[in-house]
Amino acid sequence: MDKKCFALSELEINNTAKIDSINTSNNIKRRLLDLGLVSNTPITAIFRSPFSDPTAYRVRNTVIALRKEDANSIFVYR
Amino acid sequence: MGLSWNSTGRKLLDSDNLDYNSDFIINLAGNPNVGKSTIFNSLTGLHQHTGNWPGKTVSNASGITTFKNKNFLLIDIPGTYSIMSNSEEEEIARDHICFAKADATIVVLDATCLERNLNLVYQILEITPNVIVCINLIDEARKKGIIIDTKSLENILGVPVVSTIAKKKKTLTNLMKTVYSICNKEKTLSPNLVTYNPVIENCIQLMHKYIIKIIPKEKEYLARWISLKIIEGNTKIITSIEKNLNIKILNNEKITRILDEISCLLCNIDLSTDSFNQSIISSIMHSAEKACSSCVSYSENYNSTKTSRIDSILTSKKYGIPIMIVFLGLIFWLTITGANYPSELLSSFFTFIQDKLYIGCEFLRFPNWLTSLLVDGVYQTVSWIVSVMLPPMAIFFPLFTLLEDLGYLPRLAFNLDNCFRKSGTSGKQALTMCMGVTKWYFFLIK
Repeated sequence: MDKKCFALSELEINNTAKIDSINTSNNIKRRLLDLGLVSNTPITAIFRSPFSDPTAYRVRNTVIALRKEDANSIFVYR
Repeated sequence: MGLSWNSTGRKLLDSDNLDYNSDFIINLAGNPNVGKSTIFNSLTGLHQHTGNWPGKTVSNASGITTFKNKNFLLIDIPGTYSIMSNSEEEEIARDHICFAKADATIVVLDATCLERNLNLVYQILEITPNVIVCINLIDEARKKGIIIDTKSLENILGVPVVSTIAKKKKTLTNLMKTVYSICNKEKTLSPNLVTYNPVIENCIQLMHKYIIKIIPKEKEYLARWISLKIIEGNTKIITSIEKNLNIKILNNEKITRILDEISCLLCNIDLSTDSFNQSIISSIMHSAEKACSSCVSYSENYNSTKTSRIDSILTSKKYGIPIMIVFLGLIFWLTITGANYPSELLSSFFTFIQDKLYIGCEFLRFPNWLTSLLVDGVYQTVSWIVSVMLPPMAIFFPLFTLLEDLGYLPRLAFNLDNCFRKSGTSGKQALTMCMGVTKWYFFLIK
């Protein structure tokens, strides 16, 4: 299957995508994996902060907020 | 736990010395913000500070609880999402569960997000078999329409599962009953561990054969986990294992030889260190996912969007900032107007005492410079600070606690993160800044 990957930060509000890979320094990557952001996990953008950054995402029934710089390094596909 | 009498000052030095009259030692572990400290407090009758911020518990706190005439020493371990990475809390938590002498470990879970919490359970099961899973906040989960089948979770994990409501003592008695039976070895536990990729399992087997020979008898259970960590090559954990179990790993010829063999095996399936880690974490996550899907069901009134709707208003472009200004403005207003009266009372009281002090100094025939040093210098400064600072703090902090309990602070941090990031910190600093602003304001008007 040919999947088109894009950065999580480009995911629009109320849209869902699945995680492909995380491309960032080890510590942040570890933390994100611990929070359940492993490959093929569905993730939904639910709302953005008034200053347009950070964005809150729903993943595995919990809400986490990610800054744009971190969301940029997470790749998702539909 | 925050900064309490027992966690500061000289008591801190004694905290490692767990020489209490206890029959059993119990660890209390879990994700941040699941109510570990609340359970700890209601079992031990201590008052560790609990709060809605990650990292509230910074070091291990301990207290005694009695059940069926036995003393249980409870140790409150900092909350972590995982015990595999290298942050300080996670190291404390891991080393403690792993190496400290304990009869059982209670892992506290948040019933409303079981899946993420189970991830930690699976990791802890790898380092200790005597685990009691405690599903806390079960009342909140029920309210949200989440139904958890504890019996089937028990079967999946192979360890006892108890559901609790930390504020209700009766549910905690159930927990203590289970703890009691584990400590007395009434049942032996055989937890079901995560099964990894078959190749990784093979590698673990290879290493396990050797490790089991060199490891102390009472720590045999750890062999599988240690094998995995050696293959993973996590130097920090390995050094800690070497130190605590007094075995040689890093410069061990035999282990190096096995590692070579293993890297050949791993080469065949193209697993670099990076994807090796990822494969392990994925396996744990998928086990948690599977366990969760077979024991959690949702009733018809399950509505995951209810709080989301409030959140989307609190953090929206249009209303987010105005609501925040109103909230904080209200708090400032209450603090400032409310503090004025006690502040004036205090300062007139202190002036009254000051006059008496002058008379006293005169009576004792103090030289002028000494009177001025003691009364005008020391006394006046101290009394001034107390009368200006005490009242606003006594009003401000309870109000902020209220906001914290409402859960507004994380939203506030979320709203303001972008502004704070520009000065190199995170939105969490909003709280500290608010406090600073009130104090600064008070000094300005006085």
